[in-house]
Amino acid sequence: MKFLESPPRFLFFTGKGGVGKTSLACATAIHLAEAGKRVLLVSTDPASNVGQVFGLAIGNTVTAVPGVPRLSALEIDPQAAAQGYRDRIVGPVRGLLSEAVVKGIEEQLSGACTTEIAAFDEFTALLGDSAQTAGFDHIVFDTAPTGHTIRLLQLPGAWTAFLDEGKGDASCLGPLAGLQKQRAQYKAAVDVLADPDRTRLILVARAQAATLREVARTHAELAGVGLSKQHLVINGVLPEGEAAKDPLAKGIHRREQAALAQIPAVLASLPRDLVPLKAFNLVGLEALHALLDEGSAAPAAASSSTAPFDAPALSDLVDEIATEGHGLVMLMGKGGVGKTTVAAAVAVELARRGLPVHLTTSDPAANLTETLADEIAGLEVSRIDPHAETERYRAHVMQTRGAKLDDHGRALLEEDLRSPCTEEIAVFQAFSRIIREAGRKFVVMDTAPTGHTLLLLDATGAYHRDVLRQTGNKGLHITTPMMQLQNPAQTKVLIVTLAETTPVLEAAGLQADLRRAGIEPWAWVINASVAAAHPTSPLLRLRAANELREIAAVATTHATRHAVVPLLSEEPVGAERLREMSARAAAAV
Amino acid sequence: MKSIQVFDPALCCSTGVCGVEVDQALVTFSADVEWAKQKGAVIERFNLAQAPMAFAENAVVKGFLDRSGAEALPLILVDGEMALAGRYPRRAELARWAGVSGLAIEVKPAEGCCSGDKCCSAS
Repeated sequence: MKFLESPPRFLFFTGKGGVGKTSLACATAIHLAEAGKRVLLVSTDPASNVGQVFGLAIGNTVTAVPGVPRLSALEIDPQAAAQGYRDRIVGPVRGLLSEAVVKGIEEQLSGACTTEIAAFDEFTALLGDSAQTAGFDHIVFDTAPTGHTIRLLQLPGAWTAFLDEGKGDASCLGPLAGLQKQRAQYKAAVDVLADPDRTRLILVARAQAATLREVARTHAELAGVGLSKQHLVINGVLPEGEAAKDPLAKGIHRREQAALAQIPAVLASLPRDLVPLKAFNLVGLEALHALLDEGSAAPAAASSSTAPFDAPALSDLVDEIATEGHGLVMLMGKGGVGKTTVAAAVAVELARRGLPVHLTTSDPAANLTETLADEIAGLEVSRIDPHAETERYRAHVMQTRGAKLDDHGRALLEEDLRSPCTEEIAVFQAFSRIIREAGRKFVVMDTAPTGHTLLLLDATGAYHRDVLRQTGNKGLHITTPMMQLQNPAQTKVLIVTLAETTPVLEAAGLQADLRRAGIEPWAWVINASVAAAHPTSPLLRLRAANELREIAAVATTHATRHAVVPLLSEEPVGAERLREMSARAAAAV
Repeated sequence: MKSIQVFDPALCCSTGVCGVEVDQALVTFSADVEWAKQKGAVIERFNLAQAPMAFAENAVVKGFLDRSGAEALPLILVDGEMALAGRYPRRAELARWAGVSGLAIEVKPAEGCCSGDKCCSAS
């Protein structure tokens, strides 16, 4: 494995949830410790199974791992860090200021930026020269800060107001006001990240076109802030030998090889490792050991007797959606779970029932949906380019609002406009023009704003609710966009996820966030399920067996209703294949 | 020199870029504050989301919040007394409070109360 060769002191793994960052970080830490190095493994995975992997409770103190000499581990919970930060700010005024005011403050501090900055705050001590890390040769992180956070910390103008004076009027750095450490420490941390002699970034991906595109963006963004020493690891690649055993495996193999052949140019030049899909669960020392061991024969897969798999199909959900005759259907989920494909499948099913449908997507590739309108009567397809929308919004703001600012002010405003919120808002604004059509037809969107953004956007909505409450709603008919989204008869939010631990937890996080905004997700869709595809290949059968626990968790604890979409052997392009997604998979193995 | 205190609503981005529409008033005001400071004005800003204690500890501000709620912010105090609420001050107002010479409030007596047109047609 190239990424393990002559490693620097700090190793960061980054990639979307579910690609195997934590497993790779664990395996790397074990590998280095066995090579005689003293290693600290730092996990910020909200689903951290590091403790489970090593069979001990770790938590937020450096804990020696008994089974592996020279290895210690530490877990940082970003949510807890953000909560701690909120408590520091809000705690002292609880009871002093009215409850409504306190709630408003808490919402402002509940965004992704706060979590990100709070987690970085915890990181900094580990990156500098501290007693906590002095004894370690290597520190392995299963996550990396975003380019946005690092850029903010690199802006000289951002610091003067916040850390020197303790107040100021800058922007996304707002959350920094509550940071605990000294400016020198943050500077040292950022310097370490941008030093190729001390830091290596390992981009973790799957052999899927969409995932690789996303990784290419991460690569460019982090390279731009100085994290230039990067490696690429493609995890979970289906071995060629498996492809002969079953049509599904054959299809997956072909799709993966095609994705690798067309890898984005910026990634193609990086040192690259392929980690094959293993026929065992990545839990326990022995399994993690074998993950990076190229020669080792895989431990025999426990031949799981697959119980007959049965779960509601997407067409069952569409039947229920169709009864309303019109309305807004929003697909929500983290990047890479297949929102666009599921949105297209829902739209095709609705149109096939003779209903008027407008499918609108932010699909960057466009190839999934561009032919659909011609194939099916009553289906209109439009596309919003998130990048173009965001650029237009940024340019507009800089021209109109940034014109009077000095250089420092402009730099800060520019960085604020690169926050994830900005893209979300720009895209949502573009979509909202189409939302109005939902009164007379179905509008299916492959995106939805987060609850946090909705709450921030809903200043007027909150005012209207107040009016309604005070007047007892007598004869007043005010409908705000927020109220439209909260009404299940008008809007159905479908959460899309994969049958894997981290994606399910991330989806549960999105759901909690929406609930905060008074929106109850209508259903969950588990996409690309191997179990629902009834494989015969032993490797895929093991993966199918692993999915059952996650599917059960969705069915019993997270969702009021759900559907499972089978993984298809072919890319779901075109109406025919999209229809296969909705169908109930033929039972019996 | 009088002291000006600005109590901002809870904004995660005080440029307002996180909002539906960037608030021009906020961007302009930030620039005006910088201008007035360079002229020697003493201006402090407190963001409800970042320094809520400053709101809770000031009786005038706390009373205002209890009475009118956070949506009535911003609130501007001059030497501790309420000077303006519900909108941001203009550059001229900042200049008057701070006692610095502001361009905008300079009166031009030569042109009389109305510069041109008919309201002062007697002249």
